[in-house]
Amino acid sequence: MKLAYWMYAGPAHIGTLRVASSFKNVHAIMHAPLGDDYFNVMRSMLERERDFTPVTASIVDRHVLARGSQEKVVDNITRKDKEERPDLIVLTPTCTSSILQEDLQNFVDRASITSNSDVILADVNHYRVNELQAADRTLEQVVRYYLEKARRQGTLDQSITKEPSANIIGIFTLGFHNQHDCRELKRLLQDLNIKVNKVIPEGGSVKDLQDLPKAWFNLVPYREIGLMTAIYLEKNFGMPYISITPMGIVDTAECIRQIEKHVNNLVSNKKFNYEPYIDQQTRFVSQAAWFSRSIDCQNLTGKKAVVFGDATHAASITRILAREMGIRVSCTGTYCKHDAEWFKEQVQGFCDEILITDDHTKVGDMIARIEPSAIFGTQMERHIGKRLDIPCGVISSPVHIQNFPLGYRPFLGYEGTNQIADSVYNSFTLGMEDHLLEIFGGHDTKEVITKSLSTDTDLTWNHESQLELNKIPGFVRGKIKRNTEKFARQNNITNITVEIMYAAKEALSA
Amino acid sequence: MSNKISETLTFECETGNYHTFCPISCVAWLYQKIEDSFFLVVGTKTCGYFLQNALGVMIFAEPRYAMAESEEGDISAQSNDYEELKRLCLQIKKDRNPSVIIWIGTCTTEIIKMDSEGMAPKLENEPGIPIVVARANGPDYAFTQGEDTVLAAMAHRCPEQILLIERKKVIQDSNIQNLFSFLSLEKKEETTNKNFEKLRKNPPLVLFGSLPSTVASQLSSESKRQSVQVSGWLPAQRYTDLPSLGDQVYVCGVNPSLSRTATTLMRRRKCKLIGAPFPIGPDGTRAWIEKICSVFGIKTEGPEKREEQIWENLKDYLDLVRGKSVSFMGDNLLEISLARFLIRCGMIVYEIGIPYLDKRYQAAELLFSQNTCKNMSIPMPRIVEKPDNYNQIQRMRELKPDLAITGMAHANPLEARGINTKWSVESTFAQIHGFTNARDVLELVTRPLRRNNNLENLGWSNLTKKETKNKI
Repeated sequence: MKLAYWMYAGPAHIGTLRVASSFKNVHAIMHAPLGDDYFNVMRSMLERERDFTPVTASIVDRHVLARGSQEKVVDNITRKDKEERPDLIVLTPTCTSSILQEDLQNFVDRASITSNSDVILADVNHYRVNELQAADRTLEQVVRYYLEKARRQGTLDQSITKEPSANIIGIFTLGFHNQHDCRELKRLLQDLNIKVNKVIPEGGSVKDLQDLPKAWFNLVPYREIGLMTAIYLEKNFGMPYISITPMGIVDTAECIRQIEKHVNNLVSNKKFNYEPYIDQQTRFVSQAAWFSRSIDCQNLTGKKAVVFGDATHAASITRILAREMGIRVSCTGTYCKHDAEWFKEQVQGFCDEILITDDHTKVGDMIARIEPSAIFGTQMERHIGKRLDIPCGVISSPVHIQNFPLGYRPFLGYEGTNQIADSVYNSFTLGMEDHLLEIFGGHDTKEVITKSLSTDTDLTWNHESQLELNKIPGFVRGKIKRNTEKFARQNNITNITVEIMYAAKEALSA
Repeated sequence: MSNKISETLTFECETGNYHTFCPISCVAWLYQKIEDSFFLVVGTKTCGYFLQNALGVMIFAEPRYAMAESEEGDISAQSNDYEELKRLCLQIKKDRNPSVIIWIGTCTTEIIKMDSEGMAPKLENEPGIPIVVARANGPDYAFTQGEDTVLAAMAHRCPEQILLIERKKVIQDSNIQNLFSFLSLEKKEETTNKNFEKLRKNPPLVLFGSLPSTVASQLSSESKRQSVQVSGWLPAQRYTDLPSLGDQVYVCGVNPSLSRTATTLMRRRKCKLIGAPFPIGPDGTRAWIEKICSVFGIKTEGPEKREEQIWENLKDYLDLVRGKSVSFMGDNLLEISLARFLIRCGMIVYEIGIPYLDKRYQAAELLFSQNTCKNMSIPMPRIVEKPDNYNQIQRMRELKPDLAITGMAHANPLEARGINTKWSVESTFAQIHGFTNARDVLELVTRPLRRNNNLENLGWSNLTKKETKNKI
């Protein structure tokens, strides 16, 4: 057993649900007890989803614990099949079903006989993989299922498109700025005259998965999800993939050069040359290259920063800070322990030390020890920063609603470089401003004249009412105090008791 | 009594496919309520992720709760549960030094049949801290019932009431109070003496249910107005201040989800349960206080007037809600009481979804609801136990209520389809008890309606695309 307060990556089934609910017309049924469907809350609240999240639970209750699920799971699958007519139903095991060890595959086999939808069992083990690994695995599983089905049915068309085209793999729900990144990637490919063949899983239909091999290559922007699928497609269909994350100016250029290489491998007559595009974008469209030459960025030289997040974002941001902005990254780290080797290789030479852990207290201790000028991390690091008075830019999941902005905020591509530069610069200047304020004693040197409308001379608060007043949260305490005193004066009361406070609340409805 | 009610009330029971919070969420408000406690949730990543996401920011305030996260070795019994829990509890004692550790059992502990109740008494002696075991798990309970399991477990830890000593103490306390009142206001002397006489007559009364301390003291002072002295609360602000219980003690619930606690108090601690409607809304509060007074044979003084006055204050909100319809999807067991209050406010309730309904514990509330419907001359709404969210949404599409009180999973999708919603969890965390807070309930309920008044003329209430509109 492990004493845990907070975790960076969620349980496995969350990953499966994220993939399933990203596809169009796919329904997931969790084999789980009442209350485990909080995924729906997360999706509905964080993504501000307009549609009902296509996830239901086949409830594990006392009866199931005693006698097994029996017909329940099969009934729930066939019911959902009739109600919603999904293309695919994914039966999702949870930690509970891992221990119950029911033969879920058997339920799936039985249900698929009677239902019109395809039915599969997500192949994830709660105790072996986390949210991100499960998502990667589930996506591969779904893709494999439909390509093998198409092959069996003889509907698989392996010819590639006439014009260069690409699949974007790994954009999904509740991903960090994924929607914006997707739009940016589409724009990038369009600029390069490359058609987008399919984007999966977000918004994709499982019926179209058999068209995946038509693309010339696959683009996997994030390390955490999509690689397994890309590797499967490479092995079985000879499709090359590019897994360089186009984040930051240098890596975006590198990603485009890889694309050029793969495209040119397949065209015979005219060769593509993207170098002029890269040069144009780098110097004049993205402001980031200019920013790093500007006097603003000069002031950041050698400032200490700490980076922590998922493997993709932490590695890319580390390199941007060190390579493109001249900031000293004292420590960088990731909670993706399963991908530690790759991460270390990526940040080698760009930072002083590396921290691989999923224990947030270790990250907090590291930050406290280093005392950087700014932190780039997850929501957890933002809170650590708050406690230590160090500004923090959020660069990675786990996130909360603030990290699902309505405005256009990609992290990838050339617009992404602008967004990152803003975020980095704002974090540091805020820190600087704070520091100066402290040195010079703040903006307001005069003592603030009391904000309350009443003076304390004519009214007395007895001991109990004062205690009661102190129980009221600080930010409304002043208002309650003013209202109570106003009420007391109106009623010619000089001694304020707890009863008077309540009476005032009733009268003034404060 | 329950038989009589069920003749006229219609109860339905659906499939139980509904959205609610896992009962372990009770640690969120209980650790804040019981200041010297530490809650240890013995479960998996799934439980931890739920607490972290559902409780949002609270986690960062160095909470007094943590997960004992089971790993593969714990499930396959390769590691020894007792030794593992001992290690964690010793660490908690070292870091936080709480007065009590509360183990929250989860689905996992149920399935692997961890003998928490057997281990706790043995383990208690080693770190020297009381360990209370509550099985607040998803297979058995919903949301607020978690608190019920914790309080039921805690009822066993309350000291035994020794009536004589206690009574003497009351007299002493009152004497001291009298002394002070002599000093400050001489006029009050007479009334205080009278009150003191009355207070002496009323046997110990313990209220159960976790409320924010402000609300708890509001209710206490409400009953003090009627000369009923509240001798203690379960839970108290600190574990070390748990009230004493015994066969002379009267108990009364303030929340509708506490039926196990009520049963434990009656059967195991021999307390006398006062079955009353719950003090939610001014009507409920008055009925609650009157019921307590009638049990103690005390004539009430002016709660009618007080109720009237509160209604008077609510006028602006009542104008907003009158004639509007509402559906409860059901997830926190407050539904019957809230519906009753809203009916009294002039609303029409189509459906009351509720996870679980204890007809005996809620008998007085049900009867009161029925009378409210009669007085307002509207039919008693259908009560749906263990509702099915899918079916409920279909019904809602037909009935088009003006307001749906629902969980967060359905709120945004319903709003996008032009149905106003209010999150049901808010009524769990907001202050809704007593006369003083009646306005807060209506503040919540009217918020979507007031928002609509602002946005009314913009013409974009339905925000789904055509293809998805017809799917639920």
